[in-house]
Amino acid sequence: MRHSVILEYKKCRGCTTCIKNCPTEAIRVRNGKATILPNRCIDCGTCIRVCPHKAVKSVPDDLNRLQNYQYNIAVPDPSLYGQFQNMDDLNIILNGLLEIGFDHVYESAVASELLTDYLAQRPARPDRPQPEISSMCPAVVRLICIRFPSLLGHIAPVISPLELAAILAREEAARETGLLPEEIGVFSIVPCSSLVTSAASPDGLDRPVLDGAFAIRDIYRILLEPMKQLKGKPLQPLSRSGSIGIAWGYAGGEAQARERDHIHHVAVDGIDNVIQILEAIEDGRLTDTEFIELRACTKGCLGGCFTVENPFMAKMHLKRLMEDVPLCRNHGGPNSQVDEIVRTLRKPEFLPTYVLDPDRRKAMEKMALIQELEDHLPGLRCGSCGAPSCRAFAEDVVMGRANVDDCIFKVRERMQNMTGKSEADDYLPAPFRHRKSIRRIPGQSER
Amino acid sequence: MEDLHLEYEIIRGDMARAGEASAAVKQVLRKMGFDSDTIRRVAICMYEGEINMVIHADGGKAGVDIAPDHVTVTLTDRGPGIPDVEQAMQAGFTTAGEHARDLGFGAGMGLPNMKKHSDHMTIDTAIGVGTTVTMVINAL
Repeated sequence: MRHSVILEYKKCRGCTTCIKNCPTEAIRVRNGKATILPNRCIDCGTCIRVCPHKAVKSVPDDLNRLQNYQYNIAVPDPSLYGQFQNMDDLNIILNGLLEIGFDHVYESAVASELLTDYLAQRPARPDRPQPEISSMCPAVVRLICIRFPSLLGHIAPVISPLELAAILAREEAARETGLLPEEIGVFSIVPCSSLVTSAASPDGLDRPVLDGAFAIRDIYRILLEPMKQLKGKPLQPLSRSGSIGIAWGYAGGEAQARERDHIHHVAVDGIDNVIQILEAIEDGRLTDTEFIELRACTKGCLGGCFTVENPFMAKMHLKRLMEDVPLCRNHGGPNSQVDEIVRTLRKPEFLPTYVLDPDRRKAMEKMALIQELEDHLPGLRCGSCGAPSCRAFAEDVVMGRANVDDCIFKVRERMQNMTGKSEADDYLPAPFRHRKSIRRIPGQSER
Repeated sequence: MEDLHLEYEIIRGDMARAGEASAAVKQVLRKMGFDSDTIRRVAICMYEGEINMVIHADGGKAGVDIAPDHVTVTLTDRGPGIPDVEQAMQAGFTTAGEHARDLGFGAGMGLPNMKKHSDHMTIDTAIGVGTTVTMVINAL
């Protein structure tokens, strides 16, 4: 898998902010710089958001790639629509995409509608585990693959609306233009890092169906001026999606779409909340829920790391655009085609990145060593060793990824043993020194 | 080889934190390469036990002993004890207070669920002294 999240080496100061926020403990600081453990990274973009030095970023595709194809199709995620203020006609945005170099637009929201239809109409299977988990957010799918293998069977067919739209758009364009499918470029316009990664390395498909993914913020920048020019001019009726599909852009939209089927659903956004709810499903706590929408970003795709507008404002803009759009415009669409595509999808598989050893006995021995070492660590989560917690550090030591002496407290212990003096305290950062006379922080009570 | 022993303190009335011990045990089992079905069954047994101790007892201890082919969960509390174990094991029977039921707990499924998801379960209880529930979950 080619990750889209990368570290800009020069900007990183090794401050340890990212290691403590990473939901999969995928980052360590080594030689003063953060390093990402590729097997654990789910491209959720949390580190991009928290890095105070802007050293972590996601690399989308370059717009010059349009020149490699004779005919280019934009597949915009509906979160793009929410980025613009005072907008009441979706066609201005979609026609704007034609102005910046695309030959055609196929909305991801159309595919969302088709998927909603497909899921509602597919035959019921009593052995399908409940609740069904949305497969829309690639960061969530990968999180389940590495951390919640018992829930793999709960995941809905792993195809995102962007991918389905890309397949349908390419076929449609090949039919209409007479071009070969490979002469047509299909590009998604996406709100986050995980959708860039999944465009190149899809989870459910054998090979990519998108020729690249552009970041909303990059498209936004070049789209503003052409959109201004388009106001008042005749527009092509490019908008083909109903509001039910557009709503997938914000948290809760996908779950809402399933409301028609009268199923009990819940929508959860924000990676920490997602982890909590996955734990709950594993513990058998959500037995009365039939469908769960999960989004790694707070506020859903509108909160993605590539968006420009504040996600709360963006939701308002998006809702305004939805007012003039019919609820549903693709009911009874090419369902047999969707059926065929879904049938050939790969099932997500367990990626045992956290397993200490393939031999369970050896894994147990390692776990025992980890437990023992952890018991002798201070439990401060200070990050000085470069690991997110003492537990993760103990694991790194046992797995050969770190040395016990990387812990500043272990080093002090050794020095004390050697010298027999407590002066070793001097080598500790100020908050951890134990002195008789301490300097009080002004305003601190004397008690 | 010695079993790996884990221990967790369960605090009385702390409904919000119930599930934390279960989550921690899951992490450990996953790292040791246990299959997902075993992990799920241990998780359910642990969680139901945690909830039981939070609702009925004055808190307690959850001990987990991990062997390569089975996991033993031992829940020990200093609670009121169970007067009629057979009755408590019936699905739907509950003595949970209104507060617990308002929160969606106390459906009378705790012990039956633990029994269902473990391969062997024993209840050792004495009125006014406490209860120890021991569950064995065989791994693949």
